[in-house]
Amino acid sequence: MQMGELAADEHVKYILSVEKRKDSLESVVSEHLRMNGVYWGLTTLDILGKLDAVDSNEVIQWIMKCQHESGGFAGNIGHDPHILYTLSAVQTLALFDKLDVLDADAVSNCIFLFVICFYAPNSHASLETLSLSFFKSDIAGLQNEDGSFSGDMWGEVDTRFSYIGISCLALLHRLHKINVEKAVDYIVSCKNVDGGFGCTPGGESHAGQIFCCVGALAITGSLHHVDKDLLGWWLCERQVKSGGLNGRPEKLPDVCYSWWVLSSLIMIDRVHWINKEKLIKFILSCQDTENGGISDRPDDAVDVFHTYFGVAGLSLLEYGGLKAIDPAYALPVDVVNRVFLGKK
Amino acid sequence: MHGRPRKSSKPEDPAAEAAKAQLIRDLQSQLLANHHNKIYTKEALDLSAELLSKNPEFYTAWNYRKLAVQHALDSDPDSADSVLAVELQLAQRALVKTNAKAYGAWHHRRWVLSKGHSSLDEELRLLDELQKRDERNFHAWNHRRFVVALMNRSDEDELEHTKNMIEKTISNYSAWHNRSVILSNLMKKKVQEFSQKDQVLAREYEFVREALFTDEEDQSGWFYHLWLLDQTVKSESPLLVSSWPGHGAEVILLRGSYSLDGSFASPFNIYKSDSGMLPLILYFNQAVKGVSSTTVTVSLGPNVNKDVVWKPLSAANSHVARVWVAQLSFADVELQSLEACSVEVTIGESSGIFSSSGCHYSHPSRLAFSVNVKASRTESGGSDLEHISWGNENFHLWKPHNLDLNFVPIDQLSIKDAHEQAPSTWQAEIIAEEIKHFRDLLDCKIGKLTVARLLTAHDALISSGTSVHSEEILRLYGNLMKVDPTHSLYYKDEHSLALLNQLTSRRESLLNHCFQYVDSASSNDNNLICLRLNNLSLSRLGSLEKLLWVEMLDLSNNELQSIEGLEALQLLSHLSLSKNKLGSFTALAPLRQLKAVKVLDISYNEIGAHSIDTTRYLCSSPLSHSIESDWDCKEIATDGVNVANYWEAFFVLKPLKNLTQLDVVGNAIADENFRLFLAKVLPSLKWLDGGS
Repeated sequence: MQMGELAADEHVKYILSVEKRKDSLESVVSEHLRMNGVYWGLTTLDILGKLDAVDSNEVIQWIMKCQHESGGFAGNIGHDPHILYTLSAVQTLALFDKLDVLDADAVSNCIFLFVICFYAPNSHASLETLSLSFFKSDIAGLQNEDGSFSGDMWGEVDTRFSYIGISCLALLHRLHKINVEKAVDYIVSCKNVDGGFGCTPGGESHAGQIFCCVGALAITGSLHHVDKDLLGWWLCERQVKSGGLNGRPEKLPDVCYSWWVLSSLIMIDRVHWINKEKLIKFILSCQDTENGGISDRPDDAVDVFHTYFGVAGLSLLEYGGLKAIDPAYALPVDVVNRVFLGKK
Repeated sequence: MHGRPRKSSKPEDPAAEAAKAQLIRDLQSQLLANHHNKIYTKEALDLSAELLSKNPEFYTAWNYRKLAVQHALDSDPDSADSVLAVELQLAQRALVKTNAKAYGAWHHRRWVLSKGHSSLDEELRLLDELQKRDERNFHAWNHRRFVVALMNRSDEDELEHTKNMIEKTISNYSAWHNRSVILSNLMKKKVQEFSQKDQVLAREYEFVREALFTDEEDQSGWFYHLWLLDQTVKSESPLLVSSWPGHGAEVILLRGSYSLDGSFASPFNIYKSDSGMLPLILYFNQAVKGVSSTTVTVSLGPNVNKDVVWKPLSAANSHVARVWVAQLSFADVELQSLEACSVEVTIGESSGIFSSSGCHYSHPSRLAFSVNVKASRTESGGSDLEHISWGNENFHLWKPHNLDLNFVPIDQLSIKDAHEQAPSTWQAEIIAEEIKHFRDLLDCKIGKLTVARLLTAHDALISSGTSVHSEEILRLYGNLMKVDPTHSLYYKDEHSLALLNQLTSRRESLLNHCFQYVDSASSNDNNLICLRLNNLSLSRLGSLEKLLWVEMLDLSNNELQSIEGLEALQLLSHLSLSKNKLGSFTALAPLRQLKAVKVLDISYNEIGAHSIDTTRYLCSSPLSHSIESDWDCKEIATDGVNVANYWEAFFVLKPLKNLTQLDVVGNAIADENFRLFLAKVLPSLKWLDGGS
């Protein structure tokens, strides 16, 4: 394999091998986010055209074992449900065209609960009793609140969770059940004078957070709230001399921003403001061409997270031989079209 | 694995690492067992603490601790202080010793503090310690804002804190950011020494200039400076920029096959409409909501027309837009009436028009124009349909018979005097001062860019439409394309905007681009004036507020990837976008709002050639949940034409009910199947790629 080309076969092998190294320290300390890992790994395989290398039934069975009785998903079997892993579960099922194994209402209700939890973060009520009171009240009762999302029953608020909630409900065709306008207002309240977005109102702009906010606005048809030229300039200045992208001014480049920055630039139609060839070169220079996998920077240790963001970034850059990925839903375009346009 | 070298991925001491993995695995599985069985003994709690100090990312353990706290408080409410103190220590240890970016630890700390039992004194000290180690840790900055709010610490004190942080390291973007948040707040509240905007801005300009001149490569001050410039020039409340018809215009509305001897009337003010509908376009300087028959009154002669329906021209179905349009009906005006009908429009006399940030439209304006309806009793019946050819030979530079304002009313379209807002001198002065300073920094990228931006702002402020500095601005952007090739297309877009601004700001320069369309093969004198902005290497459209009168527009042979903003040209009936860089049908989404378009040339673009569509989410569609009805592709799938494959084209072209001529040749998408599809969905089409 020559430097300067995508080591596609090696990356496929690497992703399939991660599964087999469950005993390493690395996989033990990331056991709690295995659901994310499954989504990153399988989406990468799909972009590389190799999704059929895994046994979909086995994966789906495992995913369903991570579902909590409240409807939400945990990062692994026996862990607590969290909106972060609920989206990964829904996305992975969408990848396999198996969204129908879900009780969409149960999952959406759990997400509505996360909206409620923001308003009662110190409540002593357990998830079960909250859930019970939720079903007694009607959804209209939720519509008066300010529209932010919590990650779980403990009330941590972050625009990451706004994106996740909105994307998840959209994929389940349940977006109409929340007050989208309020959810959008909350995101807009996190907009900064540099055009970017932060975790909460006043929070500093960060490319990851910008992806979440711009993505949520894209899915809800609300991109008119974005100052595209201002944000576009901030985002395109993330490209540093090496060609890589950083996530905030004066920080080091990192392959994961190939996703966060690029997808945001694409959603606001300003991606031509960066140099694509230089970025492709940077991503390719972060590959482990021998053992597969992509790292944050050249010669660092590889992981599934950066392998996904590197390959997804190359897909956004229209690198040859890759399936196109959708910048808002972070799923292959054919999967998104199947869900929303009924296209087979 | 951020920042860990690849070589060390093979552990030096495999046995030690395996033992560590085993220990953490045991802790994790014991914790889950305790959690499921609701065991909150001291031993179980100690185990969770040990796990969290080793792996603070294990979120279920934090949840378990919260349940344990609730359990303890339920059995002994008086123990709150001591129980919560333990939790704060645990979170602190995880942040200080293991991972200062662990979301779970930060949230746990906020969760404890929110209970109101703990002293906040420790928080600022802890933050100082963590920010000393990493001054950009955004978790710490978020925590700071949370604590400061709980403590009721003053904005002034926090502003001082950002100053100290910046003076320590000018490249602390986080501190610059926090400064912008606090300062916005203070200016909004008009707190004493922050009540005079010009003085505050002058101080801040000086402060950030120091940073920019210390290290011109350091981006931290760049965005802050741009924000100050925006604060200097931006009018809080929305303003009306232009309209069509313009103030004082004498419009001739032609109905049916009435033909007019073109030499007597100004072609800029002739509008053909069989139905007797005349569009009224209002163009604001920013997106506004609330334009309605209550906030805008339209009087036709002595009667106030209460039935005027205003429509926002926005890509999504939002109720906020820069451009609003209403259709005024002259269908009832007596045919061949000699008297022109006078129309008066007042905007914003009763409140209700707001910017998207909630600022009230506070400059009521008034427009008056006349409409003369000329109609024949016979409907035109399509007899005037003829194939349009965009070849150079059919265009002759238009020579107006006189340069009278009423004949060439280009200047009248912009609204300058309506609200009599004299350019504030302090703004022009402050910008002139900045220009002077930054001319010393012209040997670097940010210096050039800043001067170009300052000059643009200065021109817009003082010279009421004429661009004094346009040559210099164009030169600066041209130069930036060379010195910073990575971002060359950003500068090219800015260059295009500056060029269009220059071209449209003077009557003479605009007239150089006005051509009369004369088809040598046809005897029909159609009186079409075409604005030809072809061959200008434009990559972006701008200054559209000055082009509302355009009915025929040639943008061919440019480098356009998007036609954002074109929806404002509501009179547009003939459009050529041939030989540009349009990459998809969604890039043509503004056409959806241009229902008068009859002739469209999008040949020789890149439609269908890209796997990634950069305008996919700027267009209303089921993907963005912004279409009126549910998408049902079966409804329109007929005769084996798979509409789902062409849904973008369907969305964009379907609303163009008047389209008679379309050119798509030279695009990757334009194969035989696509042509079949077009013929199906566009029954009004007479010519497709020249053939009928």
